[in-house]
Amino acid sequence: MTPFVVFDAVSKRFDRAIAADTVTLAVGRGEVLALLGPSGSGKTTLLRLLAGFEQPDAGRMIIDGADVGGLSPARRRCGMVFQHYALFPHLDVGENVAFGLTGHGKREPGNVNRKVAEVLALVDLPGFERRKVQELSGGQQQRVALARALAPEPRVLLLDEPLSNLDPALRERTRRELRQLIKRVGITTLFVTHEQEEAFDLGDRVAVLATGRLDQVGTPDDLYERPASLFVATFVGRANVFRGAAAQAFGGADGQIVVVRPEALRFSEIGIPGVVKERRYTGAAALYLVDGDRGERFEVLAAPGAARVGDRVFVEATRVLTFAEERQ
Amino acid sequence: MSAGNRRLPGALLTLLLAWLVLYPILVVVAEAARGDAIAAFLSRGGEWHALWASLWISLASVALAAAVGVPLAFLFEWLDFPGRKTLGSVIALPAVLPPFVGVIAFLFLYGESGFVARAVQHVLGLERAPWRLQGAGAILLVHAYSMYVYFYLFTRAGLAKLDASMLEAAQALGAGRWETLRRVTLPLIRPALAGAALLVFMTALGSFSAPYVFGGGFRVMTTQIVATKLNGELPLAMVETVALASVALGGLLILRHTEGDDILVALGKGTAPRRRPIQSRGGRALATAAGWLLALLLLLPHLTLGLVSLVPYGTWTTEAMPPVLSVVNYQRLFGEPERLRPLVNSLWMAAASTAAAVALALVAGTLVGRRRPGRIPWRGPIEGLLALPWALPGTVFAVALATTFSAQRPWALRWVLVGTVALLPLGLLVRNLPLTGRAILAGFRQLDPALDEAAASLGAGRWAAFRRVTLPLLRPALAAGASLAFVAALGDFVTAIVLYTYDNRPISIEIMSSLRLSELGVAAAFGVILMGLSALVLALGARR
Repeated sequence: MTPFVVFDAVSKRFDRAIAADTVTLAVGRGEVLALLGPSGSGKTTLLRLLAGFEQPDAGRMIIDGADVGGLSPARRRCGMVFQHYALFPHLDVGENVAFGLTGHGKREPGNVNRKVAEVLALVDLPGFERRKVQELSGGQQQRVALARALAPEPRVLLLDEPLSNLDPALRERTRRELRQLIKRVGITTLFVTHEQEEAFDLGDRVAVLATGRLDQVGTPDDLYERPASLFVATFVGRANVFRGAAAQAFGGADGQIVVVRPEALRFSEIGIPGVVKERRYTGAAALYLVDGDRGERFEVLAAPGAARVGDRVFVEATRVLTFAEERQ
Repeated sequence: MSAGNRRLPGALLTLLLAWLVLYPILVVVAEAARGDAIAAFLSRGGEWHALWASLWISLASVALAAAVGVPLAFLFEWLDFPGRKTLGSVIALPAVLPPFVGVIAFLFLYGESGFVARAVQHVLGLERAPWRLQGAGAILLVHAYSMYVYFYLFTRAGLAKLDASMLEAAQALGAGRWETLRRVTLPLIRPALAGAALLVFMTALGSFSAPYVFGGGFRVMTTQIVATKLNGELPLAMVETVALASVALGGLLILRHTEGDDILVALGKGTAPRRRPIQSRGGRALATAAGWLLALLLLLPHLTLGLVSLVPYGTWTTEAMPPVLSVVNYQRLFGEPERLRPLVNSLWMAAASTAAAVALALVAGTLVGRRRPGRIPWRGPIEGLLALPWALPGTVFAVALATTFSAQRPWALRWVLVGTVALLPLGLLVRNLPLTGRAILAGFRQLDPALDEAAASLGAGRWAAFRRVTLPLLRPALAAGASLAFVAALGDFVTAIVLYTYDNRPISIEIMSSLRLSELGVAAAFGVILMGLSALVLALGARR
C-alpha cells in the first residue's frame, strides 16, 4: 500500500484540551478509513486539520506526496461532507452541486450542467437540479451534500458523522449505499463516527482515538480480537473488565487487568460462582447478567435456554485478553 | 377558550384597533379627496420637490447607514482586538439619543456656533463661522449618525446566526475569502440587510426633527405638511399627508418583497464562526486606536449636551469654550414648577400611552398570539392593525388624528379632542402599538402550547395559569416592548408638534421653545435628562 494521505506527528490543542496528540497515520490510495472514538476524542479535529480549517501546532500533513501545510482550504482539494450537511439554503440543489465547479475561470457552463447531472445521477437523485434544499428529506440532503463534495473531483473525501442526522431506520440502508458509492468512485475517504457498527461496516480499516491519542489502527477483526489497549478493548464491542483478585481468578498475573468478551464466557460445572440477576433475550442468544460471589459483575452470552434468573451458576472463560494496569 | 368563545372578543378588539389606527387615515383620505386641494398639490412645484426630497434623502440615508454600519458589524463580529466588547456596546449609543435631542446635540457640536465650528474658527483666526450646518448634507449627517445603528445591530445578529460550516463548505469547494463573502455570506445575511434597509428607509422617510432644525429652505414632506398646516391650508396638508403615506406604503411593499423568507432558520444549525484575532501587533494597535477614536466620535454629541447644559444663560459669547460652568440650569429646571411641568407631562403621557399599548397587545396576544392548530379567527386583521402605525410616518398619524378628532359627530365615532390634553397621549398610544405589539406577540408565539395544558392538568384555572405561567414567561418580551415604547413616547417630537396643547406640552416642545429664546443651557439640560431617562429605561428593559 502506497500511503496517499499521511499525518506525520500532528499535534493540536485548544486552550487546555488536547485534540490531537502527535498523531501519525497513513491512509492508502482508495482506502476508506474510519476515525472512531467517543465525543471529544479529537476525531473531527483530524478531519478539519486535513481540510485546512484548523492549523496544527506541530507535525505535517501530506496528500499525494505533497505537504499541504501552507495551502488554504480552498486549494487543498478535499471534498467535505459536514455533519449537518451545510447545504447553502439560498441556492437550489443544482446550484449547490455546481458551487465548486463555478467561480473564476473554472468550467464552461455546458460542462458544469453535464457534471452536475452526472453526480446527481451518481447519488441517485437524477433531475433534482431545481429542487429547493429545504424541501428535501434528511437522506436526500445527505446525498446532495455528497454530490456537492464529489463534483469538483477532490483528491480526498472527508465525511463528518455522515449518518448521525438520519433516523435509525434509514441509517443502515444509507450506510450500504454510501459504501457502494465510495467504492465505485474509488476515492480515498476518511470518515468520522462514534458508532462502532458504522465504523466496522464502512471502513476498510478503523482508527480508534481517545483524547487526541491514536490508540490503534487496524481492520475490524484486529481491533476486536487483538485490541492494543484497554481503551480499545472496552470501546470496541462489549467487554467484562476484571481487576485484582477477580482478574487473577481468570488467570491474570499480578497487576494485570483481564478483559473477557461476553461470548468468551460460558456456564460450566467449574469456574467462578455467581447468581443470574437478569436475562436479556436477543433472539439467537441471550445476554445474562451475573453477580459473582466476590462482588464482581459480568455479562455472559449463551444460548437462550442456558440459565434462568435466580439460578446459581459457575462461569468459566474460554479466551481472555490481558493488559498491564493503566498508568495514571 | 374555544374558537367560538374567542370570536366575539376578537371582533371587538379588531373594531377598537380599526377605530384607533385605520379610521383616522380613512378620514384624512376622504377629506383630501374633497375640494380642489389635489389640483393645488399637483400644480405646485414645491410639493413635488418636497416629495422627491423625502424619497432621495431616505434612499441616501439607507446607503450611508449601510456604508457605516455593515463594515463595523463585520469588524466587531469577525475580528478580535483589545477593547472589542466595550466598544461593541458603545457603538450602539446613538440609539439612546431621542431623535430631537440628537439633533440639538449636533447643533451644539457641529452647528454654526457649535464647538467644532468655534474651534476651527479660533484656530484659523476666521471672522465668521467656517460653515453652516444646513440643508440636505446636514440632514444626511444626522441620519447616518443615528441610523447606522440599525445596520450595525441587524448585520451583527445576522452574522451571529451564520453557520460556520457554510463558510467552510464554500472554502472546501475552492472558494477564496472574497468569493465566500460574495457567494455565501452576503446572500445568507440578506434578510438582515433588507430588514435594516427597510427600517432605515421608514425612519428616514418619517424623520422630522433633523429636517425641521437643519432643513432651512430645504423641505421634505414631513416638514412641508407641518408648515402647510401652520399656514392654515388644512385640505392641502391632508393631500400631502396622503402622498407621504403612499410613498411609505410603496417603499414598504417593495422592500418587503426583497427581504425574502428567513432562510437561515430553515437549515441553520451548528455554531457561528469563531472570531479571528488580529495577528500583527501594528494591526491590533491600529484597530484599537481607530475603535476608541470612533467611540469618542460617537460619544461627542452626548458629551456636548452635558457640557452645554452646564452653561448659564448669557455667559458664553465668542469664546471657543464656555468660560463659566455651573448647575444653575438644573436648579432652575427642578426649582421652578413651570419648568418642571414638561418633564411631568412627558412622564405621565409616556407611562399612560405605554400602559395602554401594553394592555392592548396583551389582549391581542391572548386572543390570537398563541400557536394553535387550525385557523385563528381575526388573527390577520389584528396583527395587521397593530403593525400599521409603523408603516406610516408619525406626521401622517398626527395629522390624521388631529383631523378626525376636530369634529363632534358621535354617530361617526368622532369627538372634539383637539385642544384637550387627551389627544397627544392618544397619538402616542397609536405610535406605541407596533412596538409593544411586535414584542408581545413574538413572546406569545414562543410559548409552548403544552404549558397551558400542563397548568390546567395541575388544577390551575385560566386566570391562575395566565398569572403563574404565561405572564412570568412573557416578562422579557413585555419588558422589551414596554421600554421601547416608553422611550419612544418620552422623546417624541413628531406627534407632539402637531397635537400638543399648552397644558400637556412635553419636553421636546419645551426644548424647542428654550432654543427659540436662546436658552441653550436649559434646552441642553432637558436633553440630558431625556437621554438619561431613556438609557435607564432601556437598560431596565434589556435586563434578563
